Amino acid sequence: MPTIDHAAGFGRTGRRAVLGALSGTLLIAPRMRAAMAADADPWPALAPQIFPDRALEDGTNVLTIDAPYRAEDAAVVPVTLHTTLAADDPRQVRKITLVIDANPSPVAAVFTLEPHAGIDSIATRVRVDDYTNVHAVAELSDGKLYMATRYVKAAGGCSAPALKQTADAIPVGTLRFRELQATDPAQREAQVMVRHPNYSGMQMDQLTRLYIPADFVEKLRIWQGDQLLLTVEGGISISENPSFRFSFKPNEAKTFRVDGSDSDGKHFSGSFPAQDAA
Amino acid sequence: MRLRAATFALAAWMLAALVLPAHAQTEPFAIQKIADGDYVHFGQVAMTTAANAGDIANLGIVVGRDAVAVIDTGGSVAVGRALRAAVQKLTDKPVRYVINTHEHPDHVFGNAAFANTGATFVGHHNLPASMRAHGPFYLHSFRDVLGAAAIDQVRLIPPTVLVDHTMTLDLGGRTLLLTAWSPPAHTDCDLTVLDEGTHTLFAGDLVFLDHIPVIDGSLKGWLDVLPRLAELSAVRVVPGHGHRIGSWPGALDDERRYLLTVEADARRLIAAGTPLAKAVPLIGQSERGHWQLFDDYNPRNATAAFSELEWE
Repeated sequence: MPTIDHAAGFGRTGRRAVLGALSGTLLIAPRMRAAMAADADPWPALAPQIFPDRALEDGTNVLTIDAPYRAEDAAVVPVTLHTTLAADDPRQVRKITLVIDANPSPVAAVFTLEPHAGIDSIATRVRVDDYTNVHAVAELSDGKLYMATRYVKAAGGCSAPALKQTADAIPVGTLRFRELQATDPAQREAQVMVRHPNYSGMQMDQLTRLYIPADFVEKLRIWQGDQLLLTVEGGISISENPSFRFSFKPNEAKTFRVDGSDSDGKHFSGSFPAQDAA
Repeated sequence: MRLRAATFALAAWMLAALVLPAHAQTEPFAIQKIADGDYVHFGQVAMTTAANAGDIANLGIVVGRDAVAVIDTGGSVAVGRALRAAVQKLTDKPVRYVINTHEHPDHVFGNAAFANTGATFVGHHNLPASMRAHGPFYLHSFRDVLGAAAIDQVRLIPPTVLVDHTMTLDLGGRTLLLTAWSPPAHTDCDLTVLDEGTHTLFAGDLVFLDHIPVIDGSLKGWLDVLPRLAELSAVRVVPGHGHRIGSWPGALDDERRYLLTVEADARRLIAAGTPLAKAVPLIGQSERGHWQLFDDYNPRNATAAFSELEWE
């Protein structure tokens, strides 16, 4: 019987593992980071680096985070973001930044929600490297930032080598798109899956004993016909075989399109027929 | 290497003298004879704790005319030493082979107890790579569980004799048939040991009895391996976990039912569009009453099964 919670805080992180414009200072040495996680809340130092000179308002009536208090598998922790703005609220959620405070690369993903997409939930799976707060920060159309917080107990997700010996029969970059059975025809749900190891840069190659360089799904765009719905900028904290499930307002489009790229410069795309309205 | 080995031997001797957990010295290490020349130490059906020193896996001893093989070494060097002492009580014959059934800490952390005995370490051809890849993480994550003193004694000793498919080892008038299984099942380095003299199968963690099976390789792979495993000409099986000997191949029935239940539940929920987070608490629940440590491992199994089957 195994012990699947692999240990935390191993190896190195590539600079590229931090999203776009974020400061390299987010790359705190793993051992320091582990010590910090035990001793102090990293958020007060982290928040100004991710959102420089921005006030973070209470997000109670803006968004919520669903995540298990105790993760069963630190390498696959389900996280669901719900927007909770009142129906008559004139503001819209434009962007949600998902931050896993104790992870070596804390920004797990930035979701950009298009104004007409009607997205009110996004679910994904993340790696969690320590007992940590998870923060979701929503930027609304009024330009202000609102924050929700959730505590998750898990350890070792980023370093957990989910790699098996056998070659994967499904090629890297393979996309799956699935529309879920809709209960409300005006608000539908779809799931995009990408076959990708999403190497964190902390997993050791089993033969060379060298750490595998970070190689992860960096960007995904999801279109309904010609209308862009959602853009995902991902980092190494997203689990292997990234999955994004989201709600949206259907338009008349006959197809969905997904395109994306990974940090190694590999591009992938796919086109998928839309389901008939339920 | 030689210097390191010598340093280690000295360190191990000092540690043995100084920091062996008290219980390991005072509690008897129970060995049961299950067939002519076949012995088993039943580990506790439990999670590893400092108090049990990782003595949670079943360990085997086979005594031939000329030599001895041990099958797995327990979850700490203290357990490995207790096993070695038990062998020495049974027989004067040397331990020729230390066979590891897979990479998990509760089966290999005791290897260091046999490091300076002249025994040859034997395992699945994937075992060295898996130990290298996962070993450092196990050492790190078990430091809190077992305690620093226990972890500092552990050495990850990979096999030097590798089994590609099958291999026979001779202990003198007694042959062991080793089978390296694929595709990944419980892990990606599962190995079984069949004593062809007594038809006793030491199955490692390809067989769980009473202790809930744990999926760390592949659910579909495990179900693929089971029919071929069942063909081994055994009459009894020592499971990797579970405090009893099973009949063969009937001992596979509970485990197969559990795995098929998890598979069917996960497939049904995936087909229905249930998200992972909502699916996991629903998978395998009808099996709850059949297994010990159900809540410790079933949610993890459910997550693994869902993630694997989602890509079918």
